[in-house]
Amino acid sequence: MANDTTETLDPNRREFVMVAAGAFAGIGGAASLWPLIDQMNPDASAEALASIEVDLAPVEEGQAITVLWRGKPVFIRNRTDAEVKASTSVKMTDLPDPDARNEVLPGDAPATDVNRTKEGHEKWLIIVGICTHLGCIPKGQGLTDNKGEFGGWFCPCHGSHYDTAGRIRKGPAPRNLDVPPYKFISDNKIVIG
Amino acid sequence: MSHPSSYEPTNGFSKWLDKRLPVLRMMHGQFVEFPTPRNLNYLWTFGAILSFCLVVQLITGIVLAMHYIPSGDHAFESIEHLMRDVNWGWLMRYSHAVGASMFFVAVYVHMARGLYYGSYKDPREVLWILGVLIFLLMMATAFMGYSLPWGQMSFWAVTVITNLFSSFDAILPGAGTAIVRWIWGGYSVSETTLNRLFSLHYLLPFILVGVVALHIWALHVVGSNNPAGVEIKSSSDSVSFHPYITMKDGFAMSLFWVAFAWLIFFAPNYLGHADNYIEANPLQTPPHIVPEWYFLPQYAILRAVPDKLMGVIAMFGSIVVLFFVPWLDTARTKSAKYRPIFKWFFWLFMFTCIALGYLGAKPAEGSYLLWSRIFTAYYFIHFLIIMPIVGVMETPKKLPNSITDDVLGKSGSSAATSATGGGETAPAAPENR
Repeated sequence: MANDTTETLDPNRREFVMVAAGAFAGIGGAASLWPLIDQMNPDASAEALASIEVDLAPVEEGQAITVLWRGKPVFIRNRTDAEVKASTSVKMTDLPDPDARNEVLPGDAPATDVNRTKEGHEKWLIIVGICTHLGCIPKGQGLTDNKGEFGGWFCPCHGSHYDTAGRIRKGPAPRNLDVPPYKFISDNKIVIG
Repeated sequence: MSHPSSYEPTNGFSKWLDKRLPVLRMMHGQFVEFPTPRNLNYLWTFGAILSFCLVVQLITGIVLAMHYIPSGDHAFESIEHLMRDVNWGWLMRYSHAVGASMFFVAVYVHMARGLYYGSYKDPREVLWILGVLIFLLMMATAFMGYSLPWGQMSFWAVTVITNLFSSFDAILPGAGTAIVRWIWGGYSVSETTLNRLFSLHYLLPFILVGVVALHIWALHVVGSNNPAGVEIKSSSDSVSFHPYITMKDGFAMSLFWVAFAWLIFFAPNYLGHADNYIEANPLQTPPHIVPEWYFLPQYAILRAVPDKLMGVIAMFGSIVVLFFVPWLDTARTKSAKYRPIFKWFFWLFMFTCIALGYLGAKPAEGSYLLWSRIFTAYYFIHFLIIMPIVGVMETPKKLPNSITDDVLGKSGSSAATSATGGGETAPAAPENR
């Protein structure tokens, strides 16, 4: 009989078929999990909202506005000379997080004031207004808000203090506030994203 | 526990069914004649109370889902509509919200009882582990349910808790952020997030029912522990489940229901936060965010640790450590009644849990933070150091020879029995019934 002959000729043949079939079914089963997992990732419409234009003209010196980008608040502050000076005079060794956290710069760029703003537009600080600890919105945008010990922002949830360049100075937050990707399309217009 | 069945089908139908699916025989065996230690106190009624809580949550939850709209624009509104316009909607919602709190009251009592009387020890390790699993599922379900009203507290609780996963960035940069975006389905907590939380909030209770069934199955294999911590040895040690335990459970449940009803009708919002009656606003964090009372101890542990990743690990560790309790406790004597040293550590541990709960509600600064750290450290010291060491060092008091002796007030007379922890080496085999 053909079957017997085959097994006599190659006793490993059946085992190979078993392993191959099992592996095929296993890989197929695992692969079919991916769509079920990936459907939870941000969808096309969430990605599509990824860029906005903001007019800076109405923001006076010393004022701040909050805009919504990708569902997140973005803080835009027109800093006073004193605030810029307070930020530039900080020694790098005083910073808990020494990295610039600026999406357009390399990861190891130092967190200098220059690296967290745009050249020629140093008075404008544009940062994502989400505390890097557990995602609360820090206070400091309103004129009467508690701005923390360093004159920038203060997160009421767990007590993180940020300075006038949005850098973490005190409290549990691990990182400086993120600088989103943006560019100036004219002297007082920016595109975020 | 295996015991010979005395079930006699009485009519034609039950005889016919018994040959095909002996479900009535099983129910009779497990919930009528099931031998239960005769010395159980009222702390043992919380198992039944918890089953009752789960049923209340399921029924009221299914009703709420008929009126709730899981959408960023309408969720908050639909809850207000439910409260004001739907017939009895306020009763359903308050029962569900208060019910969650009562569920946790009962589960904490149930767990504390297990810890005091050593209900996790041989042969009940699997029973205990299933219980911890139930606790974890309860926590996940409660958290997801709390997000659904889409008030300020809902929104920011989801934000803070999901952000816990971003701490994995400290291990593998980008991994934590990717997980958080995956959970959110976007770049921030949004309607997309709300929808998936609603879906899972509806799913998890049914998984909970499955694990509870396993928990009860495991209980009925090894039998209930009891305040003496010695196993059933003869028929005089036990009573049948019905009517003795059913009546006692029923009475305790009635008292529990009085407290439950008092909260529903007189103080339905007492355990909640007023801020959750403000609609979710992604641009404004409430000045003081705290979780519901039943998560305060875990929250205190999270905030006590200055490092973000370590805080998250400590918080989850405070639950995970419970899985190992059957092996961390080295004592062979089950009940803390007979453990003169451990008993005091048990009460110190209870105080620690309550203190952490108090501190979790306070701002994390100054002396509150210092005490959070001390009690967090003690929480882990209790399990990882006190339990193994005290179990070895301590000389237990003499155990009663049997449950019957315990009930009749006879003190232990055989040193050999107490040395082996009450003859637990041959547990749960009442062959003489």
